[in-house]
Amino acid sequence: MSALWSAALGGVLIGLAATFYWAANWRIAGVSGIVRAALAGDEAGGRSEPLAFLLGLITAGLIASVLRAPPAVPGQPLAVALVGGVLVGFGTRVGGGCTSGHGVCGISRVRPRSLVATATFVALGALTVAVLARTVPSWLVAR
Amino acid sequence: MRRTATAYAAGLIFGAGLVASSMIDPSKIVGFLDFGGAGGPWNPALLAVMGGAVVTHGLLLRWLARRGGAAAPANASRAGIDRQLVVGAAIFGVGWGLTGYCPGPAIVSLGFGAGRAWAVVAAMVTGGLLAELQLRQRARRAVAVNVAR
Repeated sequence: MSALWSAALGGVLIGLAATFYWAANWRIAGVSGIVRAALAGDEAGGRSEPLAFLLGLITAGLIASVLRAPPAVPGQPLAVALVGGVLVGFGTRVGGGCTSGHGVCGISRVRPRSLVATATFVALGALTVAVLARTVPSWLVAR
Repeated sequence: MRRTATAYAAGLIFGAGLVASSMIDPSKIVGFLDFGGAGGPWNPALLAVMGGAVVTHGLLLRWLARRGGAAAPANASRAGIDRQLVVGAAIFGVGWGLTGYCPGPAIVSLGFGAGRAWAVVAAMVTGGLLAELQLRQRARRAVAVNVAR
């Protein structure tokens, strides 16, 4: 139960951060888009805002690294993680967003496009996990 | 300068939320996606995170809009629901299920200095660049077809 409460509280923080980024910078807190803007520049060609946002994310990880144990490293082979990472980068670019952009920011705005995207990536994620669990369970991220 | 500072603060709070909710643990993501409970009991934490974030962000956006102030820039992108959206989201979903990482938690994990996180982020960037090349090539082809017509 307490894990669920801290999850919801973390969600509230994410919602506050997304609102703050919108109110202060007029930008969507979608991390895949921010990574892209940090590399290629935003629509005005600027890179300082997206880079600062990413630096904020990394700072949160740095602070967390002294407060808690590191996340358990998935037991799957590195090659599987690399292929998965490429699919995440490719898919979020083609689909125009990830869990934060479509999942949080888009659904908060009740955008049909984001609802469809979120339903799709959750469904395919679930299908992938189900297939791995039955075929190569050792590739499945351990719990 | 001010916008850079607020962007940094937003990223910091966003990352704190991902840490507090344990979304930086790939096992929590896979535990949610495993609806069938093949690897253990189903973990609803991701749903609680999304609920907390969407309710907070949704209500505050409404409040901001009601307060008026500066008109929000058009937030509805011109893009609708098309094949590209669904195919992209589907490919992302497969990678998400495979790794338990989506972009936000992967970037936060860089702060832990774990090699695996750096490898996954490098792979994500590579995937994004491949998509960029493919989309550009397709746009060029579309232009060529229109010119031919």
